[in-house]
Amino acid sequence: MIVQTLAFYLFAGLTVASAFMVIAARNPVHSVLFLILAFVNAAGLFVLLGAEFLAMMLVVVYVGAVAVLFLFVVMMLDINFAELRQGVLQYLPIGGLVGLILLVELVFVVGVWVAAPGTTPVAPVPLEGGISNTEALGRLLFTKYVYFFQAAGMILLVAMIGAIVLTLRSREGVRRQSISEQNARQRRDTLEIRKVQSGTGG
Amino acid sequence: MATIGLGHYLTVSAILFTLGIFGVFLNRKNVIVILMSVELMLLAVNINLVAFSSFQGDLVGQVFTLFVLTVAAAEAAIGLAILVVYFRNRGSIAVEDINLMKG
Repeated sequence: MIVQTLAFYLFAGLTVASAFMVIAARNPVHSVLFLILAFVNAAGLFVLLGAEFLAMMLVVVYVGAVAVLFLFVVMMLDINFAELRQGVLQYLPIGGLVGLILLVELVFVVGVWVAAPGTTPVAPVPLEGGISNTEALGRLLFTKYVYFFQAAGMILLVAMIGAIVLTLRSREGVRRQSISEQNARQRRDTLEIRKVQSGTGG
Repeated sequence: MATIGLGHYLTVSAILFTLGIFGVFLNRKNVIVILMSVELMLLAVNINLVAFSSFQGDLVGQVFTLFVLTVAAAEAAIGLAILVVYFRNRGSIAVEDINLMKG
């Protein structure tokens, strides 16, 4: 139990600290790296909660795909990073005010909220039947929520096509291979046989 | 040391969400950091869902976390694509410069 408590405080502290560094870092590349750290530690929290499949999903999808996508975009855009940090102090009062109000509201909600006795256990509930988290999640996802699962796949497909269509551009003056043109070439288009007189050539 | 209850996880998630709000307000010059703040907020929501799901012994919360994860990935891809196209056309990603449709 003591190990779990220590692990919780380690993961939670690192998650919050790196989340703070995401918004406070001067260089956006450092922000992305801290975002990766935050996601890995959140995956640790998920493991503590018994959601192993989602923890691995978080590492694979977020660290492996989304954060690397962010990293690519940050490094591809040619931005003056020093200029980007200007005006932070200007927005600090209003941002601080809104954040403070939200935090106070959340504290009120969590502080007053009491579960009915006997409904909320104090520890994570193990799954009945001795099956793993992944198996239980799969049983639920592929039976009751299969249409939602398909819809999620459609969302990803639409997002993929949208991203490709948005960023695709055809530039002038770039030579590319056109296979249909190459295959449609005839010999008479390119080759000409001339009769050269013997002995007069240079 | 007390055992870790539901309140601990909810507190972490509340702090993360507030940090995300902070990030949106503070980084007005950099849309990339705003997108990352949105990701942080979605992560806070996911922690909330998984914590409730785990403590209630009900797996539906984790199924919904999976869908939130899907939508978040799609949102990041589309948002970054729009950002790249915008930077290609205007040469800037500052929020203040995005006023082409202002009328």
